[in-house]
Amino acid sequence: MTDLADLTIARAASGLRTGEFTAADLLEAVMRRATMTEAQLHAYLTLDHEGAATAAEEADRAFAAGQDHGLLQGIPIALKDNMCTRGVETTASSKILSGWVPPYDATAVARLRAAGAVITGKTNMDEFAMGSSTENSAFGETRNPWDTDRVPGGSSGGSAVAVAAGSAFGAFGSDTGGSIRQPAALTGVVGMKPTYGLVSRYGLIAFASSLDQIGPFARTVEDVVLLLEAVAGFDALDSTSIDEPTPGFGDALRTGVEGVRVGVVTELMGEGIDPEVRAAVQATVDRLADAGAAVGEVSLPSSEHALSAYYLIAPAECSSNLARFDGVRYGHRSSIEGTTEDMMSHSRAEGFGPEVIRRILLGTYALSAGYYDAFYGQAQKVRTLVRRDFEEAYADYDVLVSPTSPTTAFPVGERAQDPLAMYLSDVCTIPSNLSGDPSISVPVGVDADGLPVGFQIMAPALGEQVLFQVAAEVERLVDFQDRARLATSDEVKP
Amino acid sequence: MKPGWEAVIGVETHVELSTRSKMFCRCPVDVDAAPNTACCPVCLALPGALPVPNEQAIEDIVKIGLALDCAINERSLFYRKNYFYPDLPKNYQISQYTFPVCEHGSIEIEAEDGPVTVGITRVHMEEDTGKSTHVGDGGGRIHDADHTLLDFNRAGVPLVEIVTEPDLRTPEQARAYGSELQRIVLALGVSDAKLEAGSMRFDVNVSVRRTGDPEFGTRTETKNVNSLRSLQRVVAFEIDRQVELIEAGGSVTQETRHWNEETAQTAAMRSKEESEDYRYFQDPDLLPLEVSEPWRDAILASLPELPADRRARYVEAGADAAAAELLADSRGLSSRFEEAVAAGANARTVAIWLTGDVVAHLRRIDGDIDATVLSGDHLAELSAMVEAGELSSSAAKDVLTATIDGEGSPRDIAEAKDLMQVSDVGEIEVAVDAVLAANADAVAKIADGDMKPMGFLIGQVMRETGGKADPKVVQQLVRAKTQG
Amino acid sequence: MPVDIDIAKVAKLARIALTDDELDQYGHQLEDILEHAERVQALPTEGIEPTSHPMPMVNGFRRDEVGECLDPDSFLSQAPDTRDGQFRVPRILGE
Ligand SMILES: [Mg+2]
Ligand SMILES: [Zn+2]
Repeated sequence: MTDLADLTIARAASGLRTGEFTAADLLEAVMRRATMTEAQLHAYLTLDHEGAATAAEEADRAFAAGQDHGLLQGIPIALKDNMCTRGVETTASSKILSGWVPPYDATAVARLRAAGAVITGKTNMDEFAMGSSTENSAFGETRNPWDTDRVPGGSSGGSAVAVAAGSAFGAFGSDTGGSIRQPAALTGVVGMKPTYGLVSRYGLIAFASSLDQIGPFARTVEDVVLLLEAVAGFDALDSTSIDEPTPGFGDALRTGVEGVRVGVVTELMGEGIDPEVRAAVQATVDRLADAGAAVGEVSLPSSEHALSAYYLIAPAECSSNLARFDGVRYGHRSSIEGTTEDMMSHSRAEGFGPEVIRRILLGTYALSAGYYDAFYGQAQKVRTLVRRDFEEAYADYDVLVSPTSPTTAFPVGERAQDPLAMYLSDVCTIPSNLSGDPSISVPVGVDADGLPVGFQIMAPALGEQVLFQVAAEVERLVDFQDRARLATSDEVKP
Repeated sequence: MKPGWEAVIGVETHVELSTRSKMFCRCPVDVDAAPNTACCPVCLALPGALPVPNEQAIEDIVKIGLALDCAINERSLFYRKNYFYPDLPKNYQISQYTFPVCEHGSIEIEAEDGPVTVGITRVHMEEDTGKSTHVGDGGGRIHDADHTLLDFNRAGVPLVEIVTEPDLRTPEQARAYGSELQRIVLALGVSDAKLEAGSMRFDVNVSVRRTGDPEFGTRTETKNVNSLRSLQRVVAFEIDRQVELIEAGGSVTQETRHWNEETAQTAAMRSKEESEDYRYFQDPDLLPLEVSEPWRDAILASLPELPADRRARYVEAGADAAAAELLADSRGLSSRFEEAVAAGANARTVAIWLTGDVVAHLRRIDGDIDATVLSGDHLAELSAMVEAGELSSSAAKDVLTATIDGEGSPRDIAEAKDLMQVSDVGEIEVAVDAVLAANADAVAKIADGDMKPMGFLIGQVMRETGGKADPKVVQQLVRAKTQG
Repeated sequence: MPVDIDIAKVAKLARIALTDDELDQYGHQLEDILEHAERVQALPTEGIEPTSHPMPMVNGFRRDEVGECLDPDSFLSQAPDTRDGQFRVPRILGE
């Protein structure tokens, strides 16, 4: 018999409604899986046994009373630790926020609670979402369930791993430069960054405000759609949230790709891309062509500069966003005595990890008098060029495709001491953040080491329909059945 | 000012708007509430919170801009001004930098030495900080404090900053500017503009140069000046200090100073070690502001009458300039003035009563005009009685104070106190005849061309009538009967 | 083109107290990253408008309505130091 923890959300939702099992059963299954895997994986920073049990009970009571708040009712979902949860510690994996209990819920969290979702806990991440490996956590790194000597990607590594290992049915993360899609690719799950402004950022601890977007992880495209639908839509608490009715995305899942124009991005298929990754992506493109898609090659000439522009824009915004962590109103305060300025400077030096400090310094410099035009100002213009490239490409293509990550999961520690090498992990994902467009990663195979490869699909702003249409077809064509070794191996069975 | 020297003065004014809610969150604007009870995730800058701008505040700043004859930028931008200070929860202030809401305005002021046009460089939108209480031996002064307490009720209150061109030249002009700006803001109803409470405050830039020198001197900025009187004194002090310094062979340091009310001096604030680098950049949490032409036009159409226009209208109606200014500055006086004039009163007379006798009486009884029964109709009735010769102007003043004191309508009071003038010629003639008959000597002198006794005779008639005869009628009759 | 950074000044501006060794290390790392980033400066961008927002939207206002405030205990209890319902910080000016 299949372990309940391995069901899809869609399957679990139907079982809850036929009375096959209860929300309490589902929660017990994922918590059991967590107990078996957490020591090796460390996907979670906080497992909220008590809160989750209460939510599962409520869901079961609602079912019994004939109340149905949607398909997430009773489904165990994990949240990245940069999403504020009222009454549950939220740290963004930083020592500076250790012990902080928010007095409010992020809008996405409030919507999940209203939909009856069961929040299992808070997942590990790179501190303040700065990283691509989940090694930059103040509370220890997360490991990849396909090979525990390897990183799961990041920064939303904990959320990706919880889904890959079955310690949650679905999860949410945030994506500033690829932080959902890249770990999804490296752990063999589906991960998606919605159009900027589709999901409210209220209550998401900001890294780079003009790039951050909350998005879902799940084991199927259909499940990702269910998760997105629960949180998407206008929020009066986020000025940048898109004030338009959100369409349902489910209809797109079964329409196929006949006549859909698919552009393969030349710059993201060449140098720097691991040959095995390239081959898996190419094979998927060929299958799409066989299924009736009109496949062609397309160039995004500015994409080679996107990475450099990103590494000026994101640190600049973060240097200002993280100024509020000063030891005055919450979080760590240094015990070193002196003036308020001394207190702030020592609290920040003690509370932030090295990658965060590096980016704050970089951003402070890029915004400072005399350097603004050369760095930040110029980067914002490059952003315009990247957008123009996309606009031109979308004149000829409905979606663009590429690898999600240049490589499969890399060994723990390999890039930790080399910031530039780490930054290159995001070369394929960053352009969609700069343009604000939606983008998804779908697993399409494994390399010679048995590590999953992610296939990235990008669509124009608010083009979620066509994005899911193609993603669902890729999923069907590839029929990716491999599961993370740790989630299925005997070593973790009781 | 010392001959041979000229001052160049510019003023930056911060005005707290009196919207219901704060600039970027839904907390009430209530700075007097118990500490930290008017706060939320946004104005406390909790992790994850985001600002959403208050539409009313944008409408209010457009009002101010239009009243100051500014161009309203169709598109303006919010920036972050980054600096660390414990009363600034995000450690950046949301403000504006390039593209403020309003630019290139001007304001006419009336100073002792004549009218001056002051250019308005810009009017921009920003947010206030929290409030610090410095605790220690220094009695609340930051210099001697050993710790500081922070209340964030004020954090995020909408703040409008109004910046002038360096067009002011004297302490009196600076004061006149501050005063006129306060009047405009009050007339617009966008702020209570209380200087003593800090809802309006000035930063003043002063430099001096030798008369005729085209170059500006080095300027100082004195922060948080909180009365019109202090504004004038700060400027005067800085001018003297800077002139003396330069004449003694020294030079002015560009620095921030603060005004000490007790010593009546400015002093340099302890300088920060590094020069400020605010690292302004467009706030990615906020969208560009667009004030469309129809929106701007609707706001323009809703503007109330501005103080300068009101004063001009009162002068036009017959009030003198000084009275017009006093009237226009007071809602209570101006509303009664307008009612009285609308009811046909003599504007000049009513203006004098309101700004003289009424104000004086209110001061005596320590009262507020709106707490009295005095109405425009009362004033109109009183004015009509004087015009008709029924009441002498001195009796009218007594009636006026009695009316304020609630003793009844002017006519009722005048009658009850037996103050009505006798204007009936027949009745007065009897008294005149009696006085002339009793003073034949005087009558004879007048007949010989000696006019001196005329006043004596008129006085006698007034006495005979108990002071109630209309003096004009008495004079006419005496003249006619002695010279006829 | 090598980039020269006054890293101590940057750290002070960012309010991060670093030792000399740390300053040195971060300074070198930033110089490496910025050298890479300098490639963006070679791009011709005359007449190109900067993009600060991915979506071309404006205003995003709310109406002037009062909403609920937080219970002060819910955040004061999280603060490192409070007194009489206020946040407390050490002296602001140095000796
Ligand atoms: Mg200001
Ligand atoms: Zn608030």
